[in-house]
Amino acid sequence: MRQLPKPLYLAAGAYTVSLGTGRPEFNPRKARPGLEHYIQEAGKAVLSQISDPALIDEGVIGNFMAARFNKQGHLGSLMILAHPSLEYKPTLRVEGACASGGLALATGLKSVASGLAESVLVMGVEVQNTVKAVYGADILGGAGWFAGERKNGGTYFFPQRFSDRAGAFSAKYGAERARQAMAHWYATAVEHARLNPQAQEHHNRTKDLVAQGLTPPNPRSFCEHINLFDCSKVSDGAAGIIVCTKEGYERLGLTRDDVVEIVGYGHAAANLTLPPPDQTALTTSRRASAEARAMAGIQPQDLGVIEVHDCFSITGLLSLEALELAQPGGSIDLVLAGENKRTGRYPTNTGGGLIGYGHPTGASGVRMAVDLWKQLTGRAGDYQVPMTKDHGIMISMGGNDKTVVSLVLRR
Amino acid sequence: MELNTRLQNLTVVGAAGKMGSGISLLLALDMAYRALENKDRTYVLNLVDISDTALQGLLRYLRDQAIKDAERQTTRLRQLYADREDLVENGEMIQAFADEVLTHVRTGKTLALAQDSTLVFEAAFEKEELKIGLYKELAALCPKEMYLLTNTSSIPLQALAEASGLKGRVIGYHFYNPPAVQKLLEIITPADCEPELREAAVAIAKNLRKTVVPSNDIAGFIGNGHFMRDGLHGLKEVERLAKEHGYVKAVALVNRVSRDWLLRPMGIFQLIDYVGVDVFQLILRVMEKYLKDGLHSPVIDRYIEMGVKGGQTSSGAQKDGILQYEKGQPVGVFDPDTKSYVKIDEAWTKESDALLGAHPDPSMTWKGLQKDSEREAKLRAYFAGFKNPSTLGMQLAADYLRASKAVGQRLVADGVAHRDEDVNQVLMLGFFHLYGPINSYLD
Repeated sequence: MRQLPKPLYLAAGAYTVSLGTGRPEFNPRKARPGLEHYIQEAGKAVLSQISDPALIDEGVIGNFMAARFNKQGHLGSLMILAHPSLEYKPTLRVEGACASGGLALATGLKSVASGLAESVLVMGVEVQNTVKAVYGADILGGAGWFAGERKNGGTYFFPQRFSDRAGAFSAKYGAERARQAMAHWYATAVEHARLNPQAQEHHNRTKDLVAQGLTPPNPRSFCEHINLFDCSKVSDGAAGIIVCTKEGYERLGLTRDDVVEIVGYGHAAANLTLPPPDQTALTTSRRASAEARAMAGIQPQDLGVIEVHDCFSITGLLSLEALELAQPGGSIDLVLAGENKRTGRYPTNTGGGLIGYGHPTGASGVRMAVDLWKQLTGRAGDYQVPMTKDHGIMISMGGNDKTVVSLVLRR
Repeated sequence: MELNTRLQNLTVVGAAGKMGSGISLLLALDMAYRALENKDRTYVLNLVDISDTALQGLLRYLRDQAIKDAERQTTRLRQLYADREDLVENGEMIQAFADEVLTHVRTGKTLALAQDSTLVFEAAFEKEELKIGLYKELAALCPKEMYLLTNTSSIPLQALAEASGLKGRVIGYHFYNPPAVQKLLEIITPADCEPELREAAVAIAKNLRKTVVPSNDIAGFIGNGHFMRDGLHGLKEVERLAKEHGYVKAVALVNRVSRDWLLRPMGIFQLIDYVGVDVFQLILRVMEKYLKDGLHSPVIDRYIEMGVKGGQTSSGAQKDGILQYEKGQPVGVFDPDTKSYVKIDEAWTKESDALLGAHPDPSMTWKGLQKDSEREAKLRAYFAGFKNPSTLGMQLAADYLRASKAVGQRLVADGVAHRDEDVNQVLMLGFFHLYGPINSYLD
């Protein structure tokens, strides 16, 4: 079994507001902050927690499609905006669709594990509200196989892929129960977001969220098996955290109580040109998270807090099954029983997740690590969950379950 | 002649005007989809107007609007372009569609462009002699099967047809502003209209997804038949109130009551400015010529003499008219004595509040009631209080409601409209009123 060569830690996490529809400060007709603003804001929020930003050895930034959303490449160099002391240090950008943030964490982790660096600033950023949704769908479609899938992939390419999964799931386990579970997933995401002031859905005041989530899907205007409430939103935002060694965090002026240990790490990729082997299972997510759990030596029931990539409510349900918290189809009962709520057995996406907090694609993986770090170190403020267990896990997923990074963290 | 064949070559005359550009857009979009579905046929849309600048503006408008339309129709476009290997992304198809729309368009300043058209849409200025002149030219240029669909909002069709040698071949096709958005289409069918034209007019309206209300060929039809008399009622009220409060304040009072108390989208003078004071005058003249019904206003004539015209700028902003505007909202009133605008300031708003009395229910607004599922019940309860008006505001509003209802009922009695519902539908769809004028609120 693979093992990390030395103890590694995450420290000083932070993220920005997820800006987009739902936030009171969002106005589609007015000019909005760009990549630069988000890198600076998240970078400052991370680096203000340590003794001296100059002690950071390297920088990694995850980003999916700034080249198209913002006509901006070369984010490794742009990342230096986070702090002047990064000038001339090794910085780079990594990309793996919506798992770009997860890959940034993996890249930082490898640098520190190799001994070449002691502390690495890992960031993720995406600014997506630059185009209308119909064009954004084209850009995000790049996470699929363009030459083979896009032409017949529908107007909203990714919603369509996950609508197909929701359809297969419904056919197998009952359409009505599946719809109920998806509606409850949405309701929980918003309920959690209401406690997180940076969440895009923080101000959502809808009274009956489940009823809203039960809105019948409309294939004429959108998709056959999912409605708009099943989807994460279009978001602008950034997140950052530091990957470091013990010597590293001590040098930064932090103690063991300020950090969480990375005790499990899994990374798996599947062939982009092949359809999913099973529409009702996230096989790559299962593989990566099993690897991370094995490295950590823990069972699913040991997990005290969970972050999954709920780009769609169906993905949330399937992720719980990929984590072996439920048998295939069993995520329905788990969610209907409220076990994924902050009050349930497996508090999941406690800051709102992708549906509640928002989904600035390249930032999402890093944001997940930040939320786990906050919960495990007692820094989650209004959305803090009482931690009775020591471990948390995250699944950062790219495309249709094609690139997955999973980390197990211990307080 | 088959309608599908006729639809292959269309002409819009007056294409770059306010109404013409909207009609051109509707036809251009419909033609582009038709062309994508019938690749073996050739389609041409001739857009004729008198100014190159305006025609170039029209092309830009068509392109912008085609893109906006395509953005909403991407799923349909993905099907239509399924065989185009080079078009993969939504964005590529949207651009291709905009190009497709413009591919069929020919613009020019000469009516000769219409020589192959068997359907001509006319949206020229509302002047009888001008229209007759154009029709005569078209009759000489176009194939003998040519039908003319005119956007006139007031001139009797039979008169136009007979004067231009197009008897039975002209139909009224009255779009409401803006034509691309407004659901209402008033179709005015003269008694001797050829059956093929009647059928074609209805079929095209269906393609364009319009709600058709039929009117008879009596000057002003339903829309202006009501609006002109409604406007004259407002002007008459001003005359009465002016004796006590002065002209400027009387205008402001009537405008305010007709918007806020009657729950209409605009006050009556704002609406006249929106249509254009000059257009209002022209329509009054046309109607008076045919109806001899005392449809005349010396005040309106005086405004025109002083150059007070209203209407919109080319970008759609409201120009000053009877009222003065800032960001589309009335902020002042024209004083014919000093030939300048008097601002409606805070002091005057307070005075006006005191004169009119409290609004019966400030929670009732035109905007707020738009999508209210209990609208009808709320309106009925609201207007019930107007039966015994206790304030000047309510008295003016009640008089306005009664006058508006009488006008509506007269349109049915005179045979302009076939039934009460048609009058109500024109006002609700065409003028965005929350309720039809023929109602029982004050009974």
